[in-house]
Amino acid sequence: MSNAMLEVHELTTKYITRFKEDVYAVDHVSLKVEEGKSLGIAGESGCGKSTLALSLMGYYFPPLYYTSGDIIIDGKSISGMNPDDVRKSILGTEISYIPQAAMNALNPTRRIINFIEDVLLAHDLLVTKKDIYDRARQLFETLGLPAEVLQKYPVELSGGMKQRTVIAVSVLLLPKVLIADEPSSALDVTSQKMVIKMLRQLMEIGYISSMIFITHELPLLYNVTDDIMVMYAGQIVEKATSQEAVFDPLHPYSKGLMGSIIVPEKGLRDVKLTAIPGVPPNLKNPPTGCRFAERCKFVRPECTLRSTIPLIELDGGRAYRCIIPEKELRELYAKETEKNA
Amino acid sequence: MPEEKLSILRGEGLTKVFGFGRNKTVAVDHVDFDFHSGEIISIVGESGSGKTTLAKMLLGLTNPTDGDIYYHEKKRDISSHQKKQDYWKGIQAIFQDPFSSYNIFNKIDAVLLDCIRMRGGQNLPRAKKVELMKEACSFVNLKFEELTNKYPFELSGGQMQRLMIARIFLLKPKILLADEPTSMIDACSRATILDELMQLRTETGMTIIFITHDIGLAYFVSDKVYIMEHGKIVESGTADEVILSPKEPYTKRLLNDVPKIYEEWDLSTV
Repeated sequence: MSNAMLEVHELTTKYITRFKEDVYAVDHVSLKVEEGKSLGIAGESGCGKSTLALSLMGYYFPPLYYTSGDIIIDGKSISGMNPDDVRKSILGTEISYIPQAAMNALNPTRRIINFIEDVLLAHDLLVTKKDIYDRARQLFETLGLPAEVLQKYPVELSGGMKQRTVIAVSVLLLPKVLIADEPSSALDVTSQKMVIKMLRQLMEIGYISSMIFITHELPLLYNVTDDIMVMYAGQIVEKATSQEAVFDPLHPYSKGLMGSIIVPEKGLRDVKLTAIPGVPPNLKNPPTGCRFAERCKFVRPECTLRSTIPLIELDGGRAYRCIIPEKELRELYAKETEKNA
Repeated sequence: MPEEKLSILRGEGLTKVFGFGRNKTVAVDHVDFDFHSGEIISIVGESGSGKTTLAKMLLGLTNPTDGDIYYHEKKRDISSHQKKQDYWKGIQAIFQDPFSSYNIFNKIDAVLLDCIRMRGGQNLPRAKKVELMKEACSFVNLKFEELTNKYPFELSGGQMQRLMIARIFLLKPKILLADEPTSMIDACSRATILDELMQLRTETGMTIIFITHDIGLAYFVSDKVYIMEHGKIVESGTADEVILSPKEPYTKRLLNDVPKIYEEWDLSTV
């Protein structure tokens, strides 16, 4: 059994708005990523994917606040740590983060090599200039990036190259967990593929031990990660392997989400897209019971009677958050397919 | 369904050149096309392939450097303001960024009233106008009562884009040009918007021109696909022909780079 690189227990974090209202964007989220594995997080805009990513780093700054829960990276708990300590001893070495517009992190007036120097300086790892250059060049060569990039300014690089450079720098200190938050959304398809290839390569050569990949592009997620977790309104609604999540989703929301996949493959032209009506609930005052109830096709009166719906664990690490039993759900879906055909 | 093979918009040797001398950029390079009434057409290309420039020329927002556009088999004439207004009764557009598509000072009912006025309904009684607006809003599953006193920025991106479709519903143009209508919206709302566009097409029989970089989307919605590379149309044909058996290396590359779910996604070819 491989050991868990990242373990999160019942993590809850909140935003406090200008009007002193609490918005729980991450609500009792538990997850586990094992060594050599990758986890994908899917969901529509505003479901808390990016907040979860920020919360996992243990680096909180207003208006985001830590409420409760535990984050354990490779056996070491980081929850409740002072932000300065987190920055010094956790970020970069234990956990690393790539935001969507990572390329904007580059300083236009400095060469890439100076940027790498800064990273090492911030972690008190500064040795000689020669060492830095050798280390950087070795990293770039392993990842198939041209070493000339090191001497260039960010403006001289293309968007895809900048993004790959930032990813390379973010793994310089061999983090245990890499969190990639929509790393390829702003890129065209070819650069996107290069970024994905690089991330996979990082896993294979062991520069990073595990990865969390966040995106709303499901075909991409399916191709990148081992497991998929679907989030809705701050909660996890489904956990499954990529294969199961895409082809055999259980939760009605995941079902709807998977029905909106568009890929250029034979036969998929005639598939009817399933759109989920309505909008996600306002998290300032979330609905009692199932948060998806008002948009759900299979809604029942009991859905909103309980205060919370528990996450039901199935065999093989699967889990879903719905009061309808698995068997019954499958029957409902089969009926639905029949009706559409 | 109107009868086939009725040319509604045709371009011959359409060219747009920006700058001159050393800075000359040929954004659209001798493009020929023939769009038929009632078809859904996709123009696919990567960033910088000239697809938006082509769209602007089709809309009459920029003048082509060379070449002609024929609208209903007659050479398009938009030389005066009045003629332009008339042309825009026939062709309308939805743009990529819904946040910058509205006048921020106008409330939402003003946006819709404007459309009624454009269709010559300015003298209708108020009750009739409200009825029309309600119909348009319910078509896109928005509640008119909730919208009337709101400003566009109070809506979400998906709602704004749907309001755009409500506008098109009121205007009932012959051609709808959709320039990346779903690229700023997440996958779930995308399905809703595409559904509504398709429904609009079946109801009014309009021609829809999709401009997109998403080859999957192009395959899903369109009858005909045009692939653009560096200002030229490199491949065109029915969706099945172009996407399932591409001939040009550029089309093959584009298809290869899109993540798939049923076939193996080959990562070695970058």
